Amino acid sequence: MMEIKRTIKYEADRVRGFAQEIMSVSGCEQLKSCIQCGTCSGTCPLSIYMDFSPRQVMALVRADFKNEVLSSRTVWLCASCYACTVECPRQIRITDIMYALKQRAIKEGVYPKRFPIPILAKEFSRMVRSKGRITETLLVMRLFLKANWRAVFQSWRLGLGLIRTGRFVARHERIERREELARMLDAAANNNGAATRP
Amino acid sequence: MKYSYFPGCSLKGLGRAYEESLLPVMRHLGVELEELEDWNCCGATAYMSVDEAQAGVLAARNLALAERAGPHDLLTPCSACYLVLNKTQHNMADFPDIRERIHRALQSARLTYTGRTRVRHPLDILVHDVGLDVIKEKVVRPLKGLKVAPYYGCQVVRPYSTFDDAWNPTTMDRLLATLGAEVVHYPLKTKCCGGSLTGTLPEAGLRMCYILLKEAVRRGADVIATICPLCQFNMDAYHDQIDRRWGPTRIAVVYFTQLMGLAFGFSPRELGLHRNFIPMKELPAEVGKT
Repeated sequence: MMEIKRTIKYEADRVRGFAQEIMSVSGCEQLKSCIQCGTCSGTCPLSIYMDFSPRQVMALVRADFKNEVLSSRTVWLCASCYACTVECPRQIRITDIMYALKQRAIKEGVYPKRFPIPILAKEFSRMVRSKGRITETLLVMRLFLKANWRAVFQSWRLGLGLIRTGRFVARHERIERREELARMLDAAANNNGAATRP
Repeated sequence: MKYSYFPGCSLKGLGRAYEESLLPVMRHLGVELEELEDWNCCGATAYMSVDEAQAGVLAARNLALAERAGPHDLLTPCSACYLVLNKTQHNMADFPDIRERIHRALQSARLTYTGRTRVRHPLDILVHDVGLDVIKEKVVRPLKGLKVAPYYGCQVVRPYSTFDDAWNPTTMDRLLATLGAEVVHYPLKTKCCGGSLTGTLPEAGLRMCYILLKEAVRRGADVIATICPLCQFNMDAYHDQIDRRWGPTRIAVVYFTQLMGLAFGFSPRELGLHRNFIPMKELPAEVGKT
């Protein structure tokens, strides 16, 4: 049987209070004054790959369509170039709103499955937490193992090139006072019920 | 002239040629750098995607260590680190809830941060503190005839535009011209390279790099000068994959500090130029002739 999909949203698809939650995040208050001009979508170098344009995301958040935005690819495609934030005529910090959405998508585990970008974010934060620093080559290998193990083989030329140019680091970089850092990160988490421990 | 120095993880890894060229160039200009003791990762864009409060703590620990080290400004060469440290300063100044949370975390390690330490980019320091006239005096091998496309990327100029314009910065243009190079008009100078998308979503990330490389080649540049370790890696190390998808766009991508070093008379190896995937071509015959 042919599968059909409803393209119009119903009132019942909304999650009441979501817009308020996002607009109460420090730096995201201005969202309420969005005029839907689309300047953000026009300046975004990645909007051509997005399922919702940045302008649509702003409208969806404001209309409480939580599930749609949190499971979208759009928030993860944002590379934080801040073009939209600089250009927005209403001074909305669109990049920061994307961060607020990413944090909630990770916390609730609703990011698109097998999508490598949120997996990278989680592996990155795990490595920083335990070592205090990032060793890029080891981080990328962990990403490939978690997200797409075939990429390890597809990237052999890149790996060899890094070894040849002396840029492949195989030993973890780490700080001395790792316990101090962990304690600080815990203190930040404990003081905020919404914060997560990666 | 003395500064605290926050290298960031990339300058010890994929971007080590940035540090290898930055340190001798600064020493040559009489700028003293003292590496921050036990510095940690700034968190970059990735940690901020997971937890904003903890990301702020990562940056604030480094700011507190810098403040403890002395009254000097903090030299921060990596674009991601530069943005994150600046952003944390802004957030702490503007939002009491963030400030309080970070202060409590700092206290648990007996650290304090009052907001005094200024975060500075090497371009800013070179042009505004050292001065182009001093740099010009050190040029023994003017880069005459070398056509350079200046590429700034995003995060040093946006969103804060601390020392230069968000869309059309000119600090590096003026610096390169002082070295004797011919600065190519490059309107994509602040267009995003895609960041980590080259690894996570190659279709999008590699295309963004391809557009940047192709445009520099089309405008007759011999080399692209960059100020960010991730931009350098993306536009250099993925050349073969980009060529395979869209055709040849071979052009070397180097750090602006490497070009400074060449003009100051350092050898390519002393500046980490042997670490490039796509090596820089022989310098034009006119180089060094005044």
